[in-house]
Amino acid sequence: MAAAALLRRVPAARAPATALMAARAISGSTAPLTIETSVPFTSHIVDPPSRDVTTTPAEILTFFHDMSVMRRMEIAADSLYKAKLIRGFCHLYDGQEAVAVGMEAAITRSDSIITAYRDHCTYLARGGDLVSAFAELMGRQAGCSRGKGGSMHFYKKDANFYGGHGIVGAQVPLGCGLAFAQKYRKEESATFALYGDGAANQGQLFEALNISALWKLPAILVCENNHYGMGTAEWRAAKSPAYYKRGDYVPGLKVDGMDVLAVKQACKFAKEHAIANGPIVLEMDTYRYHGHSMSDPGSTYRTRDEISGVRQERDPIERVRKLILAHDLATPAELKDMEKEIRKEVDDAIAKAKESPIPDTSELFTNVYVKGFGVESFGADRKELRATLP
Amino acid sequence: MAAASSSSLHATAAALHGVGAAASSKPRAAAPGARSVRVAAAARRSGSVRARGGMVARAAVAVTCLVFCIPFFFCGRLLHEVLLFEALREALIEEMKADPTVYVFGEDVGHYGGSYKVTKGLAEMFGDLRVLDTPIAENSFTGMGVGAAMKGLRPIIEGMNMGFLLLAYNQISNNCGMLHYTSGGQFKIPVVIRGPGGVGRQLGAEHSQRLESYFQSIPGLQMVACSTPYNAKGLMKAAIRSENPVVLFEHVLLYNLKEKIPDEEYICCLEDVEMVRPGEHVTILTYSRMRYHVMQAAKTQVNKGYDPEVIDIRSLKPFDLHTIGNSIKKTNRVLIVEECMRTGGIGASLRAAIIDNFWDYLDAPIMCLSSQDVPTPYAAPLEDATVVQPAQIVAAVEQICQ
Repeated sequence: MAAAALLRRVPAARAPATALMAARAISGSTAPLTIETSVPFTSHIVDPPSRDVTTTPAEILTFFHDMSVMRRMEIAADSLYKAKLIRGFCHLYDGQEAVAVGMEAAITRSDSIITAYRDHCTYLARGGDLVSAFAELMGRQAGCSRGKGGSMHFYKKDANFYGGHGIVGAQVPLGCGLAFAQKYRKEESATFALYGDGAANQGQLFEALNISALWKLPAILVCENNHYGMGTAEWRAAKSPAYYKRGDYVPGLKVDGMDVLAVKQACKFAKEHAIANGPIVLEMDTYRYHGHSMSDPGSTYRTRDEISGVRQERDPIERVRKLILAHDLATPAELKDMEKEIRKEVDDAIAKAKESPIPDTSELFTNVYVKGFGVESFGADRKELRATLP
Repeated sequence: MAAASSSSLHATAAALHGVGAAASSKPRAAAPGARSVRVAAAARRSGSVRARGGMVARAAVAVTCLVFCIPFFFCGRLLHEVLLFEALREALIEEMKADPTVYVFGEDVGHYGGSYKVTKGLAEMFGDLRVLDTPIAENSFTGMGVGAAMKGLRPIIEGMNMGFLLLAYNQISNNCGMLHYTSGGQFKIPVVIRGPGGVGRQLGAEHSQRLESYFQSIPGLQMVACSTPYNAKGLMKAAIRSENPVVLFEHVLLYNLKEKIPDEEYICCLEDVEMVRPGEHVTILTYSRMRYHVMQAAKTQVNKGYDPEVIDIRSLKPFDLHTIGNSIKKTNRVLIVEECMRTGGIGASLRAAIIDNFWDYLDAPIMCLSSQDVPTPYAAPLEDATVVQPAQIVAAVEQICQ
């Protein structure tokens, strides 16, 4: 089953890397492997899942690969921003990769994910490709939103990735609406609505959670707690920073968000719970190395020692690297080679994205309204011919 | 389909001699069997209806309805009489039967039947999953509607009073209006946001708001205002079928308007105006409840020898500048009569659009009669002074036609 999930997940863009992996001595084995999470789960009004996570060597290597691509992409975006090729707001996800990758490993593409503005890596995890990501960041036609959304508005409808939202907390009611649609249509799938520790204080979250619990919607609210709401530490913003408990009558689980296997286990558990019983809150204890966005140095409200401390002790990619080496799934040299290829892949994607043209001025007016909207009328801009009703 | 729904809904047998028959003031009756065609206050919130507006509105409605009923009589189509809220309900029922992805939610729309009875009986017909009572959480339930629309459902979101939707403004502006654009066309948001607004009968400032102007700048949104049972049903159906987010403005005082509407299915165009009274001297642009004040004033004007052309603009965003322009080219004079506030209102935008497009055809400056820029007071005379009254419209027409 893990193998099938793995095969389903590998998009065409990454096929070359997998092929390369298979050609080497790197273990592509799908024999099950059980690994303990770093810390046990803490739970609120629900029995936590087991610490023992079933995985396979191939999956662990995919984790390493995917997280490395994400890390590389975010660092490249940092350079592009400083080179003024990316403008406006750019919120980077490096440090938090385990949440995106672990979540994707636990679910299918028929489940929905919606997140806030720190969405580049979630887009990638949902099957987005590097070229369209960089093109969107640089405002080019080949971007995933045709250059009209920008960093905070990545979407991928065919993969049930609903973005990409700039207003803090507003995506959570949307996510509960997605869960409602899943229940309405009797799909056996769930929605993961991600938000941050800053957004956790928004009233609309509690409103949406109330409605979701009343109507038993398959909504999973995932708080990516990186401990800082821009410049405000969580203890200064929340009277109760135990975000997994703030659902009150809704069960919650606290997860080490830097441990990709723990994230996978928690999301798997949450999905089963949500489909059967209604909403559940997950708190991912994670960390971002960059500041809130590229305009924020990230060091005025936290010490450099803290940042480097987390990087040394809890970095998600390093954890997986140690796991791989400990279980002899690949040699250090092979991992280094993989990283080199990933770097090249990302550089190639940037080069390709730069070739994409800037959107035409006529694009300013496209997609404001949907055309041909089934009324005996002209279009909203009076340029369409009269159409009859369906 | 239409026949089945109309039989259970409309009033007991009414004579076919037109809707303006009732001649005397009667106390308002909330039940659908009422013969009165006054612009009565809505069921739940207000007390007894004052007679003051009664005669006026009756005459206005009579004129309006005759304009529509006459062609139907001549064509021999089957008609049935409904009140405006029943017309809206018919539209909901027809569309919900036709398309299983359409569903309704809002406060007290289900078991209670809707605070203005628009959704009465729907919960029994369609069940609790398609007619949902929400907690009082406008921001989040509007967001949930948008989220469900992203995933392919067609929600109809009711604001118990449009003023409450200010709490959902972020969701309406940023998510509803923008997602189609910022996703590069990937997501459609076919929601209908509807509810009563406008100045009622001493409902107080917060319950007498006109939100048309607040929403009109939001790109990606369409806005329509219904004013008769005929166009209420037609616009509701069109709004539900539209792939764009549509805000349908109803008026608290118009829910008990009575009119004969066709049995046969029909839809009104979302972007068209409605020609209420063709004329030659001046184009009067209006919408929603002010249409009735204009038509009442029109009677007086006709007696004085003026020939106003009255257009109910219906589509507040976008404006049907095509038809409006044709009218201006004919009359060369424009009067806008609206219930919106003066500052930044629909009239202000319409004025700008007319000046941009039809300046050469104007023989006089555009006059705009709007509500005063004040929170609507409670005291009755003050409330009346807040909105435009027929006497002011008559005076304005005289002034503009000099």
